[in-house]
Amino acid sequence: MIKHALHAARRAFSPGLRCFSEASGGEISEDVFERAGSPRLTKQASLYVHWPYCLRRCSYCNFNKYIPRENNDPMMTECLQRETETLLQLSQVSCITSVFFGGGTPSLAHPSTIAAVLESVSRRAYLSDKAEVTLEVNPTPVGKSKLEDYCRAGVNRFSIGVQSLQDGDLKILGRDHSPHQALQTVEEARRLCPGRVSVDVMFGRPKQSAESWENELSELLRVCDDHVSLYQLTLERGTQLFKQVLGGEVTMPAEDVTAEMYQCARRTLHQHGFLQYEVSNFARHKAVSHHNTSYWKGRQYIGVGPGAHGRFVPRGEGGVVREARTQTLEPDVWIREVQQRGHGTRRRIQLSHLELLEEVLVMGMRMSKGINHKHWELFSPQLGLHEVFGTSNDIQELLQSGQLILDDRGLRCSWDGLALLDSILPALLVMLERQISQRD
Amino acid sequence: HFHSVGIAILPELTSLYFDCHSNLPAFLLFAFKDTIDLSKFPVDRIRNFCIIAHIDHGKSTLADRLLEMTGAIATTDKNKQVLDKLQVERERGITVKAQTATLIYSHQGQQYLLNLIDTPGHVDFSYEVSRSISACQGVLLIVDANQGIQAQTVANFYLAFEAQLAIIPVINKIDLKNADPERVETQIEKVFDIPREECIRISAKLGTNVDKVLQAVVDRIPAPMASTDDPFKALVFDSNFDHYRGVVANIAVFGGRVKKGDRIVSAYLGKTYEVNELGLLRPHEHPTQKLFAGQVGYIIAGMKDVKEAQIGDTLYLQEQPVEALPGFKPAKAMVFAGMYPMDQSEYQGLRSAIERLTLNDSSVTVQRDSSMALGAGWRLGFLGLLHMEVFNQRLEQEYNASVIVTAPTVPYKAVLSSPKLIKEHGSEEITIVNPAQFPDRSVVSEYLEPMVLGTILSPDTYTGKIMTLCLNRRGIQKNMVYIDDQRVMMKYLFPLNEIVVDFYDLLKSLSSGYASFDYENAGYQAADLIKMNILLNGQPVEELITIVHRGRAYSTGKAMCERLKDSIPRQMFEVAVQASIGSKVIARETIKAYRKNVLAKCYGGDITRKMKLLKKQAEGKKKMRRIGNVEVPKDAFINVLKRKDK
Repeated sequence: MIKHALHAARRAFSPGLRCFSEASGGEISEDVFERAGSPRLTKQASLYVHWPYCLRRCSYCNFNKYIPRENNDPMMTECLQRETETLLQLSQVSCITSVFFGGGTPSLAHPSTIAAVLESVSRRAYLSDKAEVTLEVNPTPVGKSKLEDYCRAGVNRFSIGVQSLQDGDLKILGRDHSPHQALQTVEEARRLCPGRVSVDVMFGRPKQSAESWENELSELLRVCDDHVSLYQLTLERGTQLFKQVLGGEVTMPAEDVTAEMYQCARRTLHQHGFLQYEVSNFARHKAVSHHNTSYWKGRQYIGVGPGAHGRFVPRGEGGVVREARTQTLEPDVWIREVQQRGHGTRRRIQLSHLELLEEVLVMGMRMSKGINHKHWELFSPQLGLHEVFGTSNDIQELLQSGQLILDDRGLRCSWDGLALLDSILPALLVMLERQISQRD
Repeated sequence: HFHSVGIAILPELTSLYFDCHSNLPAFLLFAFKDTIDLSKFPVDRIRNFCIIAHIDHGKSTLADRLLEMTGAIATTDKNKQVLDKLQVERERGITVKAQTATLIYSHQGQQYLLNLIDTPGHVDFSYEVSRSISACQGVLLIVDANQGIQAQTVANFYLAFEAQLAIIPVINKIDLKNADPERVETQIEKVFDIPREECIRISAKLGTNVDKVLQAVVDRIPAPMASTDDPFKALVFDSNFDHYRGVVANIAVFGGRVKKGDRIVSAYLGKTYEVNELGLLRPHEHPTQKLFAGQVGYIIAGMKDVKEAQIGDTLYLQEQPVEALPGFKPAKAMVFAGMYPMDQSEYQGLRSAIERLTLNDSSVTVQRDSSMALGAGWRLGFLGLLHMEVFNQRLEQEYNASVIVTAPTVPYKAVLSSPKLIKEHGSEEITIVNPAQFPDRSVVSEYLEPMVLGTILSPDTYTGKIMTLCLNRRGIQKNMVYIDDQRVMMKYLFPLNEIVVDFYDLLKSLSSGYASFDYENAGYQAADLIKMNILLNGQPVEELITIVHRGRAYSTGKAMCERLKDSIPRQMFEVAVQASIGSKVIARETIKAYRKNVLAKCYGGDITRKMKLLKKQAEGKKKMRRIGNVEVPKDAFINVLKRKDK
């Protein structure tokens, strides 16, 4: 409540900071930014907040997460706030376009933590009350019971880690919820944020067949909202699952089977009105994730919390070049650093012009719409898409085989090409490097 | 377009050394001088001999004991393979490079000069063996009391027998629990026709009866036929190259005497040199004032290039020309392999390493070669497989060079039928070392392949399996003899090509390590040879052209396709890997197209890692070789071309 009042006040006193077209419902208006050129790129950012704690370790996860030994939530809250303020100050952004609470298990955080962080944001930058604020939710009864409070704290979108609707599979994956609890959580989230609930599902799970996946997907489509994220389970070194597979206790579906699962999911979702707007993200009724879209469009983002990544220009200290920034991984160390110097930034690497364009390319090509000419021009005013990619034989072959499209809209993958993106990108990267180095 | 790699040493280095040498303090030089008066050893008190044995039968251990007992080296536990100076020799328990040591032995009140010329044990080095033998009048034939006669024992025996040397059979390792010297004596009688009473039973390790060996050397080996009254005449039987002093030639003096300051002539080149230094090898260089008829030693005479010290050459005094000794036939390379630097930036380094190594091993032939896949490199010719392995190992160990070695091939020949081609090549018969230059059937009246006569010794329980293996390798049995009641000796005629890659390993594994194998060259035979191409989506791959016998084309082609399939990553389209003869495809493997390879999720926190991965792939892509539309990583070719790891 306080937050809303605060927003109203800011809006009233500083109309010049407004950067959303009111009609778009919080969506970034492309025209305003992309025509504006790169100085405007640095005046806004999205914010990622990392909650590092989990109750238990999922068998497949190698993410930065910790099982807390004691309750240091108040300390964590204080530090997240402090770092948010420090980094906002450093970036000098006037506008935060979206906030995403990820983890770990951010639904273990107290709703007041979420509210506190959002307040910190609003103290230092403009955060529209229509801006997308997403929280990742573990669909347990406890998680479900807190959803309403999260909404009150300012969350307006939920991303629910359903993962699977098979009880046995959830156990193998080491999840602490049941399919039934997942469905109940989705229902409650939809009640609170209708049209703004996403479900995460995982395919390529141990022993999974293409057929069972198809059935599971149909079941999910009956209960889900307007957004689905599909992840292929990737076997990561150092995880419990990796050991089990290595030891022969668990078998993973073959490459051809997972390829079939992916294609089947794309077809099924399409039939149900879900448009694939990115490699693993599907939405209907335009319910795309604005936060994630801003990553793929190469926009600035600030990462707060242990191990969080960021990409922004530290204008507060006179910086003019975008930096790749990483916060200290280990929560206790991170806390100490934030207490001592206001932030826990462990690594800062200035991105060269080429590196920036490489990221823009790699991320942009993940979207079904790809990279349009305006989007590219924002980062590469001198060298257009046709000039960079139009002349290479390698790329001509991709265009001729129909996997890649380069036309007056821009550069993008075809439906078939998108599934082979990682084979297409190296060719594009080689060409980009060659063209840029020729110009230098 | 092949060129021999030129071998030259830096003149600055040579002069640098000589400057240093002449500046040595006089007392130091004096200390080396004439501690041995060689004139006190007339020809009848000189014996030149070598030790020949199958690998691991204890040749080097016996040499160590002989050196200790005659005071050439101190007696300690640390004397292990003193004559084997190379790391590869110590590791493999073999001798690659013959070494010489002069022993001074007192027998019945007389001092004798015994020249031990160490020899390599393997037939691959038989060139070295025959060089050594030519300087000797007798051999010690060592046989392990437990293992008995092995394939290399037989091969070495015949080399000595044909040179008409006195042969002293020595049964070693009698201290072993399973030693059975009786049985070995029976084998020696049966195979070599040497009376069992002539065998000396010893334990070189413990020193048991080693004195009897020394006595036998004096008693049974004749003194060299040479006279100090004749004009000086010496055979160059080995040479080493020293960066500072130039060529160090090992010589056997067949007549007369030579001293420091003498002007000598090389019969081969007609060039004159001044003797700077000479002496004995004990086994380290021990300078003396003179060398006399019948003696063996080293000589340094300002030769700056190994080619000046031609092995087999005759040296004489400028003022007293003599008739040259018969010399040796040059060694003939029988196994060829490409050697390429792991990275082209290492080309220069590898070149100088190969040059330096071939300075001391003139039996290796070097031709520059290049492959589209592997870049610039060389095609080297070796006397045999072990020779090749040892060379490669020395490159790695002594010169720290990392090399890609392609699968070995053998030198085929073609008899040309087209007069035009005959004129072009200047002869009717041509040798083909590089498969890419294999002439078409239509211009050839016949192809020839090199043959070897293989000797296999094995316990008779494995006879069946061995015969099957030999048959599969196109072997033709020549004979089969029981050398005792359990061991059998078989002789087979093989195409060399069939035994160069993995024959020996298979033989060892099917006989639990008990069978031994050796071979000698047996000329050329007509063969039904064909050129096989490997195709990727219909495009031939030049570097994978292989010459095969028609009967082996399918299995070779299939194996190559399989290896390629395993090492070419999936592409966005299907890739056909085919082996073909002419236009006929004889084997095929398919690399299925990628259906999906995109990483499922990529958000803000994943970018850094994802970029790293993609950049690596992009870098890898730059290094790929494109055959048609197929991208092939370099190591795919290497996997197919290089020898299989054991």
